Amino acid sequence: MNKRKFLARATAGLTTLAAASLLSFTALAADTIKIGTVAPKTGPLAGGSLVSQWPNVDLWVHEVNERGGLKMKEGQKKIELIAYDDKTNPTEHIKAVQRLATQDKVDFIIAPYGTGFNIAAAPIYSKYGYPQIAVTSVTDQIGELTERFPSLFFTLGDTTSFVAGLKDVLVKLKDSGEINNKIAMVNVADAFGIELADVARPLLQEAGFELVYDKSYPLGTPDLSPIIKGAKATEADSFIAWSYPPDTFGLTEQAVIENYDVKVFYTAVATAFPAYAGKFGSKIENVLGAGGVNPDTDEMKAYRARHEEVTGKAPDYWASANTYASLQILEAAIEGVGEVDREAVTNYIKSNTFDTIMGPINFDDQNSNRFWTVGQWQEGVFRGVVSSNIEGAVDVKLKDGWN
Amino acid sequence: MTGQGFKSLTLIGVLVIAAAFVPFVTNGYWLSIAVTAMMYIALATAWTLFSGPTHYISLATGAFFGIGGYLVATGMSDFDISFWVMAAIAPIVAVVLAALIGAATLRLSGIYFVIFTLGLAEMIRGLVSWVQNNFLGSRGLYVLTDFTEEHIYWMLLGIAATVYVIGWLIDRSKLGFAMKIIGNDEGVAKHLGINTARAKVILFMITGFFSALVGVIVAPRYSYIEPNLVFSPEISFMVVIMALLGGTQRLWGPIIGVIPFILIWETITVSFPNATTLYLGLSFLAIVYFLPNGVVGLIESLTKRGRAS
Repeated sequence: MNKRKFLARATAGLTTLAAASLLSFTALAADTIKIGTVAPKTGPLAGGSLVSQWPNVDLWVHEVNERGGLKMKEGQKKIELIAYDDKTNPTEHIKAVQRLATQDKVDFIIAPYGTGFNIAAAPIYSKYGYPQIAVTSVTDQIGELTERFPSLFFTLGDTTSFVAGLKDVLVKLKDSGEINNKIAMVNVADAFGIELADVARPLLQEAGFELVYDKSYPLGTPDLSPIIKGAKATEADSFIAWSYPPDTFGLTEQAVIENYDVKVFYTAVATAFPAYAGKFGSKIENVLGAGGVNPDTDEMKAYRARHEEVTGKAPDYWASANTYASLQILEAAIEGVGEVDREAVTNYIKSNTFDTIMGPINFDDQNSNRFWTVGQWQEGVFRGVVSSNIEGAVDVKLKDGWN
Repeated sequence: MTGQGFKSLTLIGVLVIAAAFVPFVTNGYWLSIAVTAMMYIALATAWTLFSGPTHYISLATGAFFGIGGYLVATGMSDFDISFWVMAAIAPIVAVVLAALIGAATLRLSGIYFVIFTLGLAEMIRGLVSWVQNNFLGSRGLYVLTDFTEEHIYWMLLGIAATVYVIGWLIDRSKLGFAMKIIGNDEGVAKHLGINTARAKVILFMITGFFSALVGVIVAPRYSYIEPNLVFSPEISFMVVIMALLGGTQRLWGPIIGVIPFILIWETITVSFPNATTLYLGLSFLAIVYFLPNGVVGLIESLTKRGRAS
């Protein structure tokens, strides 16, 4: 290739690029407020984020704009949403958040989906001063992380409280003589599953339980029947699985097939998904799982109805509500300050109490202690049975067959 | 030839110095693209070191990269070892692993090696999860350091430059000469008395060392490491695509491949956020079909034709 030809091609290439980057600058109307968001639409975490994250972002933007926009000092401003897919890949995520901050120059960013992504993105939020109200991020390092990143907030609790919530349920049942002290526990051999099982072992043993069955299975195991058969062969009245979405479904399916007769059946992530009830119907009556809501408050009823109406699907019974609440907090803080001053908004979040669909939420050292840890399917609704500082917990019922 | 070689080394030297100034010119978005590009330049150059002369498509990059990232994370989180100590240990572990894999598969013909590396990242991820599950427990692996994007960029640039210089030296050594013969005809190489297996294993170990080192440097950028994320097969394929786009006959080929690929990829991501995997597949097909020798091959055939006419 000669020099002139090369130059011509390089120019053509650069022109294309410039045109492409121009395309990303959509109408620069002064009366809108730009809000960015990055979360998986493809890849391993997409299944969860398309249930708990994206519909709530859409719902919130829809509602605010329907009201005429965010109330700022200079009048109402509609939200212009700029959304990117991170493909469940940290490198893509970091690039996308940088793009939002320095190219799209968005005014605020909605926190990412998933523990790893919230932590990987935290340095960027913190560098540009964006408040980051993390929801789907469960860690035992909240103290260290909030100290490091002064604009990072947590709302869904830490690992230990999840296990402690379930332990409290079991202790109460054991003390009233409804279950024996033997537990069959399994976990998916992957990050969060290992972490939860690790926290659970000493906690349950200290509470006087005996782990008569303690097994793990690799992520993506297609056949879980040996696990359920093994647990069934023990004397345990309680079955606990620190599971991920695919195996939550797989274990339940095997329990139905084997007619696994236990009094307590617990699976972790995705038990609160509407699809779980959709698949098993009445068979999962009294199954316990991670999360929960109080569906009986007026705010929650209204939220669930609007969610179905606007997005066409039901919210889950756990992180959906927290995600929407986090957006309400962001909204109230922006309106409270009345202008695009990110530092002021961050400080506003730190020092105020917010009315949300989950009731009043405030932050103590950037951490909200208002969340559900254990829920139970009761007559087609996944109700919270153990919470941290939320009213409306119902009594736990024993599982009675798989009908 | 020698004169040409030094000329290309000087050119690369100038490029490295120019690249070192990138963080002073820009930050934020373009710097984050530059960091990503530099990561792939280092990985693809290391890949070409082995796969260029041998013509073995190695899909082991993800495995080595993962070992680097994972060991740093587990060392810092589970054992409170400093980043720098882990940065020294992780590549050595990768070298030992490369030696074992190489010894087991490189004595056979290429196809066994390719198939083996295809499953390698997944196998190591499984192994790591098993160890975590049975011995270590997992508390979430955090790599919290004070490195900024600038620091990571410069470290990656340093690795890329080192890989290039090592490749340049190998090219001029007995080993490089042996590799060229092996690449052209392994049977002939054996008849000449070249220990082909040893030569291939040594080169594979060097590739493993630098791929793991890149994983080490990128770990602080991810901050939170899950085996799933660092042992991703995607990275192995991306590296192969970029290296093939550039062309593997020259060590500087990958540099020419990575930069346009990253920019095109970015444009696709922004414009068609819901169809990126489709475009990744299409670009793979297009490269193999239209540019079998990469951009470097295209440039060289064009210059040859230009000279002939």
